[in-house]
Amino acid sequence: MRAGMDNVSIVIVGVGGQGTLLASRILGAFGVNRGTNVKVSEVHGMAQRGGTVVTYIRLGDCAVSPLIEDGCADYILSFELMEAARALHYLKKGGTVITNTQCISPMSVVTGAAAYPEDLPARLKEKADTILVDAYALAEKAGETRAVNLVLLGALCALTQGDAAEWEKAISECVPARSIEVNLKAFELGTQVI
Amino acid sequence: MPQKLMLGNEAAARGAWEAGVRLVSSYPGTPSTEITEYASKYPEIYAEWAANEKVALEVAAGASMGGARALCCMKHVGVNVAADPLYTLSYTGVNGGLVIVAADDPGMHSSQNEQDSRMHARASQVPMLEPSDSEECRLYMKKAFEISEKYDCPVMLRTTTRIAHARSMAQMEDRQEAPVKDYQKNVSKWVMTPAFAKMRHPVVEARMDALSAEDNGLVCLEMRSCEIGVICSGMAYQYVREALPGASILKLGMVNPLPKNAIVDFAGKVRKLCVIEELEPVMEEQIASWGVRVDIGKKDTGRQGELSGRKIRTIFGLDNPEVIESPGMPARPPVLCPGCPHRGVYAVLSKLKCTVTGDIGCYTLGSSAPLSAVDSVLCMGASVGMSQGFDRARKWAGEDSRKLVAVIGDSTFLHSGVTSLLSASYNRANITLIILDNTTTGMTGHQPNPATGFDIHGEPTTRIDLEELCRACKADSVVTVPADDMAKVEAAVRGALSETGVSVIIARKACALLDKKSRKDPLHIQPDICRGCRSCMRLGCPAIAFADGHAVIDPSLCVGCGLCSQTCAFNAIVGRNV
Repeated sequence: MRAGMDNVSIVIVGVGGQGTLLASRILGAFGVNRGTNVKVSEVHGMAQRGGTVVTYIRLGDCAVSPLIEDGCADYILSFELMEAARALHYLKKGGTVITNTQCISPMSVVTGAAAYPEDLPARLKEKADTILVDAYALAEKAGETRAVNLVLLGALCALTQGDAAEWEKAISECVPARSIEVNLKAFELGTQVI
Repeated sequence: MPQKLMLGNEAAARGAWEAGVRLVSSYPGTPSTEITEYASKYPEIYAEWAANEKVALEVAAGASMGGARALCCMKHVGVNVAADPLYTLSYTGVNGGLVIVAADDPGMHSSQNEQDSRMHARASQVPMLEPSDSEECRLYMKKAFEISEKYDCPVMLRTTTRIAHARSMAQMEDRQEAPVKDYQKNVSKWVMTPAFAKMRHPVVEARMDALSAEDNGLVCLEMRSCEIGVICSGMAYQYVREALPGASILKLGMVNPLPKNAIVDFAGKVRKLCVIEELEPVMEEQIASWGVRVDIGKKDTGRQGELSGRKIRTIFGLDNPEVIESPGMPARPPVLCPGCPHRGVYAVLSKLKCTVTGDIGCYTLGSSAPLSAVDSVLCMGASVGMSQGFDRARKWAGEDSRKLVAVIGDSTFLHSGVTSLLSASYNRANITLIILDNTTTGMTGHQPNPATGFDIHGEPTTRIDLEELCRACKADSVVTVPADDMAKVEAAVRGALSETGVSVIIARKACALLDKKSRKDPLHIQPDICRGCRSCMRLGCPAIAFADGHAVIDPSLCVGCGLCSQTCAFNAIVGRNV
């Protein structure tokens, strides 16, 4: 039984520049619209320059600290395959990983000092309930490769049996007016992968 | 009352506006930057980016002396720069309320050290408040102005990364105008000669005693079990709440001076007294000095990094949630962006095997592989002075031909490199200084600086000309090169290294994130021409990878800067349509 969105802790991970902050802002707005307690913790500055980025979102009365401790996340929403594996320690036993299958090589892999880990989808599935989403391809299909974040949120909406209208309201409040349409399209494509 | 999901920094700015603040002067620094950015959006507030934190605090001090409420924000290491005015402002006191935000960074998410600003508050005898969420950022900011005017002193507001960059609900109240107070000349208050300062020092002590004894509503007692009593503040309070739901808590909103009576009273009510604080044992050592026994403290929590609920549960022998081990993954540290104008300069310095004293900013990232071009990073502006001293030391060691270069960003140079440059000229130093001018303050999120010609609102203003400034500092030579033309950069560096005296090279090109107009179509590496020599990969560009014996460019990351094509001896790297 996967967690719903009433009392939930979500860790968003990705690579700096992938749009993780927008995803957390949308989830924050989603919580605010519901009148629920919301705590969000973001990373700014140095960590945004192509490094690993971690954002925490907690909705519901149980949220005291804005951080999510090891073993306490209901969901890991990962924008990059390797980052999903790196973030596994956050996951609650019985929690779910939703990850983009896109691979972005860190500098050590680019220079050949390290290799990009193999068989990650299988290794993730072995350790946790894992949903693989080709979010980059779906974002491209929606007409905006930067909309990986909305595809993943769509998958989360479907997984939590959410009311799409409620999500779309939060999205519309957070993205610039001119890009609402493409973002909603990416979101919709995300809801269809579940 | 209306409320909104606010970043801690946004709520702090809101609190300042509600408190009737008229002026905000700051220098950007993670995690404090957004306070000033949010404050600048209120039409009632005059906001500015100062050249550095010392200047910012002096501007705010002047506004306070002139009768207006003023705010000055900085990161923890910024307090070191502003410490000179801060410590004596404690003596002069204020006219209009004056608040200084010091944003600490336990765990060093974006900093070069883990210093604890509470030590500055203690040493300067300035009151310090510490909020634990966004709503408290707003409320404590207002309270800080109240205390500042009531006790005639500057007040510090301390945040940490997890408070500054966390979002939680904060309420919104109306602005209470604070009329600009009268200014009366009063040399015994504002002229800190030894004779007057001696008169002010007792006032400082009396004020801190009074503040310690006063019930100012900032102490919050949560009595639960009498077995464990925890004294904490700020983010540590959130960790304790979550890890020890049954414990009694004395939450301190004012961390300097400590409310002695409330603490002694609390210690008498609980069997085991715990002081849980991040970084230094600032509270614990004071409490212990009063003869109060602290059962759990720094010996258990340690001084390094951030606390967590898990750490606290472990200390108390409680069960922690089960953890799925993350498999080992190659690290992903931050890197210079694709198209970054600093990359070519570092590639040249790396090729020429220069010894490079570095500085603080995005370009600090030039220290990591494969560029590995930087030998030292200490603090804002240190590259210039360190280069001078290093040169003298290595000459004594018998090395006359070492290729020594200092690199500094435009904003950092104006922050604290200018004085070092003129000092180098004055002292007939032998240095080569490269100013990496990307026309912005990059790392903190693209704030304008005095060399950009724009103010905090993006409005045109007086522009400081870096070439003229360096000539005025009596540099022996000043040359400007396009940062993305590696041949020209190399010629300039070779030229400067062959000269004696003070040589300045200004390597100029706008930050790739800022200058989206000059983005070109992604480049392409022709696999049949590429010999797999990996020359282009020595640039450390995230857009270039290696597969099947040759380099490949990721078109989703490439911005077409063309740097890699300058490194290719076989002309394998071309535009997409070729």
